[in-house]
Amino acid sequence: MPKRPDINSVLVIGSGPIVIGQAAEFDYSGTQACRVLRAEGVRVILVNSNPATIMTDPDFADATYIEPITPEVLESIIIKERPDAVLPTLGGQTALNAAIELDRLGILAKHNVELIGAKVEAIQKGEDRQLFKQLVLESGADVARSHIAHTVEEAVDFAEDLGYPLVVRPSFTMGGLGSGFVYTRDELVRFVADGLHQSPTSEVLLEESILGWKEYELELMRDTSDNTVVVCSIENVDPVGVHTGDSITVAPALTLTDREYQNLRDIGIDIIRRVGVDTGGCNIQFAIDPANGRVIVIEMNPRVSRSSALASKATGFPIAKIAAKLAIGYRLDEIPNDITRVTPASFEPTLDYVVVKVPRFAFEKFPAADTTLTTTMKSVGEAMAIGRNYSTALQKALRSLEKRGSSFSWGEEARGAEELLEIAKRPTDGRIVTLQQALWKGATVEQAFEATGIDPWFLDQIVLINEVAEEIRASAVLDEAVLRVAKDHGFSDAQIAQLRGLGEEEVRRIRHEAGVRPVYKTVDTCAGEFPALTPYHYSSYDLETEVAASDRRKVVILGSGPNRIGQGIEFDYSCVHASFALAEAGYETIMINCNPETVSTDYDTSDRLYFEPLTLEDVLEVLHAESASGELVGVVVQLGGQTALGLAKGLEAAGIPILGTSPDAIDLAEERGLFSGILDAAGLVAPRNGTATDVVEAVRIAEEIGYPVLVRPSYVLGGRGMEIVFDSPGLEDYFDRMRDSAIIAPSSPLLIDRFLDDAIEIDVDALYDGHELYIGGVMEHIEEAGIHSGDSSCTLPPVTLGRAQIDRVREATLAIAEGIGVRGLLNVQFAIGAGVLYVLEANPRASRTVPFVSKALGIPLAKAASLLMVGTTIAELRASGLLPEQDGSIVPADSPVAVKEAVLPFKRFRTTAGDIVDSVLGPEMRSTGEVMGIDKDFPTAFAKSQQAAFGGLPLSGTVFVSVADRDKRSIILPVLRLQQLGFTILATAGTAEVLMRNGIRAGVVRKYSEGEESEVGSPSIVELVHRNEVDVVINTPSGRSARADGYEIRAAAVAADKALFTTIAQLSAAVASFDAIRAGFEVKSLQEYALDRAARA
Amino acid sequence: MTLSPAVLVLEDGARYTGRAYGAQGRTLGEAVFATGMTGYQETITDPSYAGQIVLQTAPHIGNTGVNDEDQESSRIWVAGYVVRDPSRVVSNHRAKRSLDADLEAQGVVGIAGIDTRAVTRHIRDAGAMRAGIFSGDEAALPAEEQLELVRRGPDMTGLNLSGQVSTAEAYTIPAEGERIGSVAVLDLGIKTATVRHLAARGLEVHVVPQSITTEQLAELNPTAVFYSNGPGDPAASEYHVELLRDVLRKGIPFFGICFGNQLLGRALGFETYKLPFGHRGINQPVMDRSTGRVEITSHNHGFAVRAPLDGPVDTPAGFGRAEVSHVDLNDDVVEGLNCLDIPAFSVQYHPESAAGPHDSTYLFDRFVDLIRTAQAGGPAAGASPSGPVDPSRSAEVGSTGLPTGTSTDARSTTTNDQESN
Repeated sequence: MPKRPDINSVLVIGSGPIVIGQAAEFDYSGTQACRVLRAEGVRVILVNSNPATIMTDPDFADATYIEPITPEVLESIIIKERPDAVLPTLGGQTALNAAIELDRLGILAKHNVELIGAKVEAIQKGEDRQLFKQLVLESGADVARSHIAHTVEEAVDFAEDLGYPLVVRPSFTMGGLGSGFVYTRDELVRFVADGLHQSPTSEVLLEESILGWKEYELELMRDTSDNTVVVCSIENVDPVGVHTGDSITVAPALTLTDREYQNLRDIGIDIIRRVGVDTGGCNIQFAIDPANGRVIVIEMNPRVSRSSALASKATGFPIAKIAAKLAIGYRLDEIPNDITRVTPASFEPTLDYVVVKVPRFAFEKFPAADTTLTTTMKSVGEAMAIGRNYSTALQKALRSLEKRGSSFSWGEEARGAEELLEIAKRPTDGRIVTLQQALWKGATVEQAFEATGIDPWFLDQIVLINEVAEEIRASAVLDEAVLRVAKDHGFSDAQIAQLRGLGEEEVRRIRHEAGVRPVYKTVDTCAGEFPALTPYHYSSYDLETEVAASDRRKVVILGSGPNRIGQGIEFDYSCVHASFALAEAGYETIMINCNPETVSTDYDTSDRLYFEPLTLEDVLEVLHAESASGELVGVVVQLGGQTALGLAKGLEAAGIPILGTSPDAIDLAEERGLFSGILDAAGLVAPRNGTATDVVEAVRIAEEIGYPVLVRPSYVLGGRGMEIVFDSPGLEDYFDRMRDSAIIAPSSPLLIDRFLDDAIEIDVDALYDGHELYIGGVMEHIEEAGIHSGDSSCTLPPVTLGRAQIDRVREATLAIAEGIGVRGLLNVQFAIGAGVLYVLEANPRASRTVPFVSKALGIPLAKAASLLMVGTTIAELRASGLLPEQDGSIVPADSPVAVKEAVLPFKRFRTTAGDIVDSVLGPEMRSTGEVMGIDKDFPTAFAKSQQAAFGGLPLSGTVFVSVADRDKRSIILPVLRLQQLGFTILATAGTAEVLMRNGIRAGVVRKYSEGEESEVGSPSIVELVHRNEVDVVINTPSGRSARADGYEIRAAAVAADKALFTTIAQLSAAVASFDAIRAGFEVKSLQEYALDRAARA
Repeated sequence: MTLSPAVLVLEDGARYTGRAYGAQGRTLGEAVFATGMTGYQETITDPSYAGQIVLQTAPHIGNTGVNDEDQESSRIWVAGYVVRDPSRVVSNHRAKRSLDADLEAQGVVGIAGIDTRAVTRHIRDAGAMRAGIFSGDEAALPAEEQLELVRRGPDMTGLNLSGQVSTAEAYTIPAEGERIGSVAVLDLGIKTATVRHLAARGLEVHVVPQSITTEQLAELNPTAVFYSNGPGDPAASEYHVELLRDVLRKGIPFFGICFGNQLLGRALGFETYKLPFGHRGINQPVMDRSTGRVEITSHNHGFAVRAPLDGPVDTPAGFGRAEVSHVDLNDDVVEGLNCLDIPAFSVQYHPESAAGPHDSTYLFDRFVDLIRTAQAGGPAAGASPSGPVDPSRSAEVGSTGLPTGTSTDARSTTTNDQESN
């Protein structure tokens, strides 16, 4: 059947903010869907609260709503836009849950809107564990023995039957949130209580343990004619027990016979049929007992998933694109395979290479968190690599992580095989390296299997890599033969250098002299059977290269690598826009990146895609291959975050032209002394500061400039290691903690700044072409200075800054842009304290806020920046209409206000004792994503941002207040307002006294540290929170003494999902927004805002 | 790491140097590539690969070793084996021994560590061709001498290999469950999975040598006849074509797969031809034109039938009308034939899979349906779908069911004239 004639407009639901378990992959899938639907002539209406996404660019939909994804908002959009259908299968669990709600509330039926992509019954069969289990059993396949519990008591009884350990899984959550193994009754009680809370249906599944079994996934697609294909098989190297998002995974499956594989395929097809997915894709997970081959079906997702994105990148089969086409009526055999263009999509890709994905974690941001990997996903990003064999793909993937110690090494190792094996028993970030060391130190494959359950085939591959390492080390000379063996198993020049006691540059020189260079193969879905037309390449040290010659002018764009806290989807946004803008300007665009979740690694985005690690070696080799034809105009490094920027110097040294701001100018901004010079020359001031490389010097400087100080290592992103230190013992403690991470060195000293209390922080994104400054936006932080800009909420335009202040900001930004010599983007952070404008830092690169500014004000900063880099001027961009005449420094008073709010992952992380890690914001960034609220004024926009980020504020109930002394003055007005709004106020004794003197009726509650209810007779605040007797928690951290109490309160609030305010600024904004919330939200698309702007201009 | 050198030489002069793998020595054959990511054991023991040097496009081969259940015949048939990264260890609970051990024990010369993708792309562009692998002492031969040996090797076109792969003695596998009837299976290179599928459906399976005569076949008095897959050029198997025509004239239900499909095509009077580089993989999309369903199928064929794709035609050899029932969606190659006036049908691919997806096992059910219809004295035409038919596409489906045997005898005398290719 061709496209359905009755579907002319579709509402696509996005996945909201980036959170662990639901990340950039849904921007990739949603963007694909929007493009496909529009190409089919369908009017696309999009809703997503996440401004950092590419899909929410106004170019990708006919009507783009950056609004909270709630049933009320969705209904408003449906009423306004009258779509024929809603497509929820490309926006992760968020979109699927929203669709189920729309159906449950009768909204779809009321407005006569059809759900496409998956039917409600199919969603429920796939996601409801009991229904799904029955369905699997009916198909003749097996499931783990299990019980559904609705109460903790029921769970305890069932556990008697199943025995410990067992698995707890809440229904309808994503990324395995709330699930895990429990070994004791106490653990069970805690997990089940949490799980019941997490599950929207208040049910959890208790399951027999299949810990240590082999784990596999299949990605399937099915159409209305029951044509079904398996797009990809994925094997988890880490056996069952580690969430697949946290596992090292490999595609295709490498340790199955055809008989076993076809059995999984048969089961998968039978299940997708029974579930009734008939216009899209699904993902099914299996476990296989390695001892006897018994197969258990673990679960399915009746939608495009994280694994689908991986499978798409791994095979070249664009699952989301095809799913969107199936949703509007096409059959698989009616859709051409993009890559061959002559064969249909109704086939199964076959690979002649191996793909390895490794997760990237951020435990360093949560020092208290338990680093054990479980069935709750904890990784924040991933890197993928393609190699002609597993050893190459694995080594490339590990070095793509860009993390110290993530690659195999063969240096000093004090620990013995036994000790290392013992460590490897516990799955953690970096276990594979520990295992490699253990095998290097003489552990056998049998012992390693015993310790980890990892299939012996994968273990032998590590042994093979160790053997090759020994060969490299022991060879008399580093000749072509040795180099070829090394390179055929993925060794980097740096690894070879370590083994030979040489420098990396030296190895590279020897290798090039020996003529050992990679060739580039093509991902073509068919193992070479048909010619591929889509240039999607990966390196291999093989014979024949497949890079087509080109006589065009080329620009290479370096992506931002695996997502991590501080460097996420925002940078991919900028890279993708650069690619689009430069292609439009006539350049051949070449993307290098290793992150499978992104739009930049869609083979449709650039003229050529190299799926390669972003290391100097890998990038230089691609550039060499591309230099063979055409003209290499240069490399764009300022859009891919610190990853790309970090390569600038090495590339320049190798004679590669860097586009935009030069590497020396980048240094000017990063190097404290040089930067001070620029500020002095411009008459600007920074907070008093200094640099130090050791603790003694640091203490001396800190005492000289006065505490509190803000300390941060140089050349880091996301505020890694950034802290506010109050005294010298604190500074010594800081050095102790940072020692292991080795981020402070003579080449990268510690920066020490006087910390500005009570200052307003301002972020500016601007463009500079050497003559003219163009302000993208001036953002005012809602929290005071001291909270990382990535974690702080901010407003655009600023809501409390006067014209004169903004003018000063503009002048200062221009002076800095000139002083550094920026060509392209510049981000400057300022603080205004006691009337003084301080410059905190300047970064001559794309910032995290580029997409936010672009969406809020309609200024395409990344596109403009990429054109500036190749020599276009701001005047020309104005003339061409790409940039609006008026820059973002002046925003008319009747313009809308946009508020960005950060989303934090505290709920994911527990200490080893099982408690939630502390949720206080600080100078080190810990948020994973962001949302935007946009509306006519600040209170409404803020309310929308809170709704989108946290599910909204309660409109009545009980508020608990406990604040630091310094905040006691400023809470009076907001708390008084809360009381007027009808909230009941509770407070700790000290805070209550202040409130009561100010005429606020506040009940007194005990602190947690004063003992438990059983001992004292009355409940503490923590107990009240656990009992659901408190709806809003206001707690600001004070000095060290009260810290423990504050921590317990905040942890309880996070665990119980209560609104939590840790700053007064946020509280005040929230209080101001209550009237807006009560009035209900109106919705407006970005395209309508653009029309308003045009009308004003 | 064994570093004993080996070289793969193609008849057009291309040379790929790698490491010796399996047995050492020299082997000659037709170089072809197989794209399946699983099932190397089934592949190498498939008699259809006799005479061919098989390259696996999947880089890692041998990971799960070799077991006793997945053998598709009693031995390895490939003439030579080309892989990129042979496994050093065996990891599977069913494994009995390593692949290397089997290759060595059976004297199969292989090569590892070469750019298999480059070779694949070369064969794709230049077509399947004669090749040789030289290892051990043979690796040291001068390049010109190796090339000369390759060029003097056998050419697949015109080659009859049935005699090499067929069973010498007939044997019988009893029907499982309720016995429906008996089927005489002409062993042109049969795989064990095929026999298993037939027997599992209540058919007593008489596997007979390819050299069986019309009379011997008649003596068996089978309810139905089945032609298996097998190696070689169908144009060189006139004997089997004639044998089949006799079966068709008698109205005995017939099902053929792979080589059997080519032989049915020739028996009906269609031509066969050599594909540039063949279909060898387990991911080929084939549409069953009677249902509109796409099945993912297992292929291993270098030759194909040339027949009109647009609707039923009168068969040149006078067996009534026939139609192309299955088509490969990648390249429109004929993948199945269905006779509308006699009880015969065939497919070019492997419904028994092994290796490969199980999407096409319904064809064995169709065969059983055909037999039952014949037994019931119903209209003896080729197989019709047992499942629901998509009405939107029924226009593509030819009408079935002329009365039995109205036209077959009349035209049977003209068959010999069709062998002109």
